[in-house]
Amino acid sequence: MQIIYSDLLCIGAGLAGERVAVEAAKAGFNVTCLSIVPPRRSHSSAAQGGMQAALGNAIMGEGDSPDIHFADTVKGSDWGCDQEVARIFADTAPIVMREVAHWGVPWNRVEAGVHTYYKGGKPFEAEEKREKHGLIHARAFGGTAKWRTCYTADGTGRSVLNTLDSMCLRYEVGIHDRTQAEALIHDGENCLGAIVRCLKTGELKAYLATATLIATGGYGRIYRATTNAVICDGGGQIAALDTGLVPMGNMEAIQFHPTGTVPTDILVTEGCRGDGGTLLDVNEYRFMPDYEPEKAELASRDVVSRRMQEHIRKGLGVKSPYGDHLWLDIRHLGEKHITTKLREVYDICTNFLGVNPIHDLIPVRPTQHYSMGGIRTNKDGAAYGLKGLFSAGESACWDMHGFNRLGGNSLAETVVAGRYVGKKIVEFLQGHTVDFKQSAINDAHTKVAARIMEMTKRSSKQESAIQLRDEMHSTMMDNVGIFRNGKDLQAAVDKLDELIDRAKNIKLQGTAIGFNPEISLALRIPGMLKLAQCTAYGALMRTESRGAHTREDFPERNDKEWLNRTLAYWKDGETRPELKYEEASPYFEIPPGERGYGGGKIITADIPEEKLRVPNKGADKKKAKQTKKAS
Amino acid sequence: MSRRLHIEVFRYNPLDPNSQPHMQSFYVNEYDSMTLFIALNIIRDEQDPTLQFDFCCRAGICGSCGMVINGRPSLACHTQTRDLPDHIVLHPLPVFKLIGDLSVDTGTWFRDAGSRIEAWVHNDHEKFDAKAEEARMENDLANDIFELDRCIECGCCVSACGTARMRDDFLGATSIARIARFYLDPRDERNEENYYQVIGNDQGVFGCMGLLGCEDVCPKHIPLQDQLGIMRRMLAIHSVKGILPKRILEKLQHKGCCHESH
Ligand SMILES: Cc1cc2nc3c(=O)[nH]c(=O)nc-3n(C[C@H](O)[C@H](O)[C@H](O)COP(=O)(O)OP(=O)(O)OC[C@H]3O[C@@H](n4cnc5c(N)ncnc54)[C@H](O)[C@@H]3O)c2cc1C
Ligand code: SF4
Ligand code: SF4
Ligand code: FES
Repeated sequence: MQIIYSDLLCIGAGLAGERVAVEAAKAGFNVTCLSIVPPRRSHSSAAQGGMQAALGNAIMGEGDSPDIHFADTVKGSDWGCDQEVARIFADTAPIVMREVAHWGVPWNRVEAGVHTYYKGGKPFEAEEKREKHGLIHARAFGGTAKWRTCYTADGTGRSVLNTLDSMCLRYEVGIHDRTQAEALIHDGENCLGAIVRCLKTGELKAYLATATLIATGGYGRIYRATTNAVICDGGGQIAALDTGLVPMGNMEAIQFHPTGTVPTDILVTEGCRGDGGTLLDVNEYRFMPDYEPEKAELASRDVVSRRMQEHIRKGLGVKSPYGDHLWLDIRHLGEKHITTKLREVYDICTNFLGVNPIHDLIPVRPTQHYSMGGIRTNKDGAAYGLKGLFSAGESACWDMHGFNRLGGNSLAETVVAGRYVGKKIVEFLQGHTVDFKQSAINDAHTKVAARIMEMTKRSSKQESAIQLRDEMHSTMMDNVGIFRNGKDLQAAVDKLDELIDRAKNIKLQGTAIGFNPEISLALRIPGMLKLAQCTAYGALMRTESRGAHTREDFPERNDKEWLNRTLAYWKDGETRPELKYEEASPYFEIPPGERGYGGGKIITADIPEEKLRVPNKGADKKKAKQTKKAS
Repeated sequence: MSRRLHIEVFRYNPLDPNSQPHMQSFYVNEYDSMTLFIALNIIRDEQDPTLQFDFCCRAGICGSCGMVINGRPSLACHTQTRDLPDHIVLHPLPVFKLIGDLSVDTGTWFRDAGSRIEAWVHNDHEKFDAKAEEARMENDLANDIFELDRCIECGCCVSACGTARMRDDFLGATSIARIARFYLDPRDERNEENYYQVIGNDQGVFGCMGLLGCEDVCPKHIPLQDQLGIMRRMLAIHSVKGILPKRILEKLQHKGCCHESH
């Protein structure tokens, strides 16, 4: 077996993986990034809308500050987030946007003078200031008090990923694409790297590293209708969960995006609504202001998705062979706006839907989109349970999103966390050596090799991976969707128990020498079922409604009992995870309260006085003053 | 409407000594808004689980699914079957190394091209000041740079290029557009001499025969020819500076398409 050593192994080369890689490579460490696809194909490239940072250059963003961004993020999370992390995030985001600008991101810029913008379908004029001319511009996104979402036309993910990938070239980060991590190598205490399968030859290899980062993105593919790429199958989370030591945080927190297209489930960006697009029902009536008079289409995603579903349930959806849907209307934005600032949307509509958004309405419905949960890390990005294991980006539960992330906060998280966690990893590498125990390498390798061998040889009790996947999809779509209830969730949990059991008998149908695509799915399915079970079981046990987790049978947000984070551990051989809970946030800079949209009742909690203070806040200031004096 | 599609696929597994390149026929029932992404997945799920092909975003954004569809390189995910005859023939993209069936290794090719042209902004990265305001830029210029950053590295243009098929060190229109992206970018401190060394040769702009294959097939409609023209002119001017009178140089310098001279 081939063995490859690095100081840092990044599993995943999307925005988060590459940003961490750059940080470590700049500090002189040897870094290898693994990716299923060439890095620029990572799902980050599909993000169109933009990333939030409180630069406050645009006139509609005037007066913005990290404090306001922080408050929006906490409200967006429905107080489920770690406020210490949300604070780090909001404070660092502006620096990071400027940094990537220095590295080459062609952000759209402020143009002084009067411009026509749209809000809720109506045009209005605003004058951009002369002194801001040429600085980074921003657009509106849901759930934000100010226009704060920095963007490059509608290719933000693409342009930032291109820039970071070029930095990886510059700093000679080793990129091993078409390689898929299958299992972590660990000795029960330290993470030592990963066993990886080459997707060109099918060969298994060991990648050893002093520090290992998991940045494999989301796991939306446990749902049938998802905006996620076909490679978003949770490989990184599965490898971590399989150790039995590393827990997943808040797996029940799944976000549905209001505007997945019908029937292909491709996303059209929130930028459409941000730029003034509206939602219409079967009568072409704009219904959102009836539900959310203040924010209308620009309430946070969980709220808009729920309202849409509610409206469809009232029989006001548009009937189609693919189920009921609603309309997104951007016609009033005009040809120029649509073919420049929303060009990707234009292409998607014309290519995949046969709809011309300049003249036609776009068929949309809420679709699985984002996983707030993932590998639970502390604020430094270090995973619970194993030393030397880190996680960042969508695969992590760093936890600035709590139970609902705001649009534009995820791309921003990838680079902010990438930079921050990257620095922490550098510190770790500077003070750490490891012993690559041969036995640990052999154990991990044997486990993967044996699984493949069994799947090819098995003769009795055969299960098809495709069949299991399809049954998982139906279960998740039907029972673990936007609206949840005890009965359906119980049915999902029972069904997943059964599927997890059956997955022990997967048998390959075809044989092919070397790389065989069927093995990829067959290897992944048992783990995906576990992630699905963590989601369903976590949702069943959480008897409240918070953010994107909506229980019809428990409509209140119950701060008294549920102001906490779910941790899901998986012991080998079980069909269900073991759930533990920890406090959502070490302290509350903003005490739990109303979000100002979405309605819903709150069962309040008595939060002890000391938790309502930010530790060291005054002290920090004092210290800064002192050092200033001294220097 | 419902047609029965005859999809003929190139098959070859380079890792299997017994495998011979051949065409294999599959049949699927067409349905409304079916794309080649859907059709190929049905084939793999229901008929042959060993079939190799690449998809990722399935939304025309990531560039994974370039292949030759009835003789023309394009993206399979954003090709609707209703736009094709009921006999569809699929080949892997030429030029790139074959991994198996319809899957080719574009990753290695683009990475190699990227390092040859040193595709990053050349400036002092350490100079970044976290406390300072960002350097200003005109929005139009930002948009022009983004226009070239839109390349999804699908490889269609390279596959359609006669020069790329003949010489394997040709950088292709995509790399030249990428260089143009940095040439446009005021943050990049390279001068014309630096660019000349990288692309002022037959592997670069002078290898291009101007047959336009590249721009025709680009699914992102990137103005490849304009970029080739601009870079070629810039380099040509650079190489004759000091020889030609200023008046002629200025005349040469106006932007336009390289095909004016063909
Ligand atoms: C359609 C769409 C649009 C979006 N738009 C926005 C937006 O406008 N603003 C915003 O803030 N957010 C947006 N998001 C969310 C955001 O894009 C993602 O959350 C973010 O890009 C995730 O980045 P990442 O680096 O964590 O992971 P990814 O970019 O998904 O990268 C994952 C990497 O891991 C690799 N990988 C996966 N599994 C393995 C394995 N087992 N072994 C080795 N490598 C592996 C992949 O190859 C890839 O390189 C959007 C999401 C979608 C789906
Ligand atoms: S114009 Fe030049 S680069 Fe484009 S296809 Fe023709 S020879 Fe190749
Ligand atoms: S220039 Fe166009 S055809 Fe060529 S790789 Fe880029 S997107 Fe594809
Ligand atoms: S799958 Fe991404 S472009 Fe076709």
